[in-house]
Amino acid sequence: MDAAHALPPVIYGLMAEFDDPSALVAAARRAYEAGYRKMDTFSPFPVEEAWEAIGHHDRRLSKIVLAGGLTGLLTGIGLQEWVHELAYPINIAGKPLNSWPQFVPVCFELTILFAALSAVLGMIILNGLPAPYHPAFNVPRFERASRDKFFLLVESDDPKFDRQATLEFLKGLNPSEINEVEP
Amino acid sequence: MINPPPATYDPAPLIEPGHTFGSITDKIATVVVGGRTPITWFVVVSIGMMIMGMLGVAVTWLLIKGTGIWGINIPVGWGFAIINFVWWIGIGHAGTLISAILLLLKQGWRTSINRFAEGMTIFAVMCAGLFPLIHTGRPWLAAYWLFPYPNSMAVWPQFRSPLIWDVFAVSTYFTVSLMFWYVGLIPDMATLRDKARKRPQQIIYGVLSLGWRGSAKHWQRYEHIYLLLAGLSTPLVLSVHTVVSFDFAIGIIPGWHATIFPPYFVAGAIYAGFAMVLTLAIPLRKIYGMEDFITIRHLENMAKVTLVTGLIVGYGYTSEAFFGWYSANKYEGFMIWNRMTGPYWPYYWTLVFCNIITPQTLWIRKVRTTPILIFAVAMVVNVGMWLERFVIVITSLHRDFLPSSWGMYYPTVWDWMTFVGTIGMFIVLFFLFIRFLPMISIFEMRTMAPEAKLTESEGH
Repeated sequence: MDAAHALPPVIYGLMAEFDDPSALVAAARRAYEAGYRKMDTFSPFPVEEAWEAIGHHDRRLSKIVLAGGLTGLLTGIGLQEWVHELAYPINIAGKPLNSWPQFVPVCFELTILFAALSAVLGMIILNGLPAPYHPAFNVPRFERASRDKFFLLVESDDPKFDRQATLEFLKGLNPSEINEVEP
Repeated sequence: MINPPPATYDPAPLIEPGHTFGSITDKIATVVVGGRTPITWFVVVSIGMMIMGMLGVAVTWLLIKGTGIWGINIPVGWGFAIINFVWWIGIGHAGTLISAILLLLKQGWRTSINRFAEGMTIFAVMCAGLFPLIHTGRPWLAAYWLFPYPNSMAVWPQFRSPLIWDVFAVSTYFTVSLMFWYVGLIPDMATLRDKARKRPQQIIYGVLSLGWRGSAKHWQRYEHIYLLLAGLSTPLVLSVHTVVSFDFAIGIIPGWHATIFPPYFVAGAIYAGFAMVLTLAIPLRKIYGMEDFITIRHLENMAKVTLVTGLIVGYGYTSEAFFGWYSANKYEGFMIWNRMTGPYWPYYWTLVFCNIITPQTLWIRKVRTTPILIFAVAMVVNVGMWLERFVIVITSLHRDFLPSSWGMYYPTVWDWMTFVGTIGMFIVLFFLFIRFLPMISIFEMRTMAPEAKLTESEGH
């Protein structure tokens, strides 16, 4: 609780704990206004205002999923045209080799498949998962982050971070508890 | 002008009052970690295993002897395998409707039922997928018949065939449904990891959670793709049963070659699927005491969807009969007349009773709010939708253009054992899921708690 004694040489950051999402969002906004940028919040369910408050919005996934879908579409066209015109051209009921309307269903399915795969893999990779270790797990109370508590973490490599000053600032946000996060 | 609802109208809540983040978490997660497994679970899984044993015997005998052990013949070359395939794949559709379409429509009531409905989808698609795999009696040949890969014979699949479209539709559907389900499970796996006190559980759920820590930056990307997946799954689920209906509609058999087939099949799929969700939800909430989360309101909403889709299916039957007459085509006209009065007439009229008449009781509010009555109606619909596929497949094939080639179809004991066996497989898979994964989405349920609403709105 008290950061003054037992100072480890380096810390990852300071973590304040809150009881409900409203308090978390209010605290995150004040920290952002105070100039902190390298921070994160942790909550047991998505809180849209929380990522807005810390100034995070990553739109890259839209483009990744679009690219994935287009790749799937081109794969579908390429596969079927290549099979039926070049690799294995056979006459079925006098239909033209390029009977493209009959290639639409497979193109559609591959578009969806590739888009969905790129969405899931894109989310996992951009989030840096799987991540079995993270300094936040060193705080014993952090297991409540997947249950009913809300946390604001200010990282020590933020230019404005100062061990004492930041601690005092976080105390002013009325958290239920403050913990140092070991690296 | 919209009239306000009458004063007596008091819908049941979506979540019983008094729940907090912690109580929601404990109630759902305790089923998986730290709780006692109810004796009912062991009984159900044992019975399921025994039924599933029949599937093992039937499939083994099929691989030894070939499809001659089944009732299929000429002219009825498609029998139980396609009937059961369409029945199971249709059941799966309700899960995707609940998880994707209701999410896009912002229907809050989906939250308590989406997890196990998605599980139902995955297990139903597994049961469905078994039939195309074994229906030739030589599943090892399916590899080059169905999948485009460079093989030593230099032959490739025929992409002009709806049966190949089906392979792509169903395998895409299974893959996307599985990913959607797993993505939804990641934050709940983290909850189980943190709640578990036994080392093996901590390790297994820890690995499955991918180290999820609830970071806002992660949640933002997570919510982004969850919405994108819902948007991708919506056209996907409609395409799957459309393609299944193409298996029939692309052919020139009377009764199959109809443009109404895609919407009629999709509605039938959702109808059958909601009936199955109700069949599962009503005993589950009882066994695990989940009445707080799966309230009468959920059951009533699902009963309403069942009624509406049932009416669309009824419209499909009517238009089939109408086209039989209006087309002035001798074969179409004979087909519908044979369906109603031919040797399979009891099947047709039982299906009309099951799928059109019985669900009309859901107009009555008392029926919609009494779990045992909804369960009874849902069971009747499950049977009716299986009969529908039987009637479509068998009555169209057994008497087609040439009376000299007419015949009859009688399923054998092996047909029945395979079909009933997949029901056992479904029960076993579903109850294993109930025991080892959270049956209701914990993190989404937390958003339903009153304290999840932000109390101030500055900065908006």
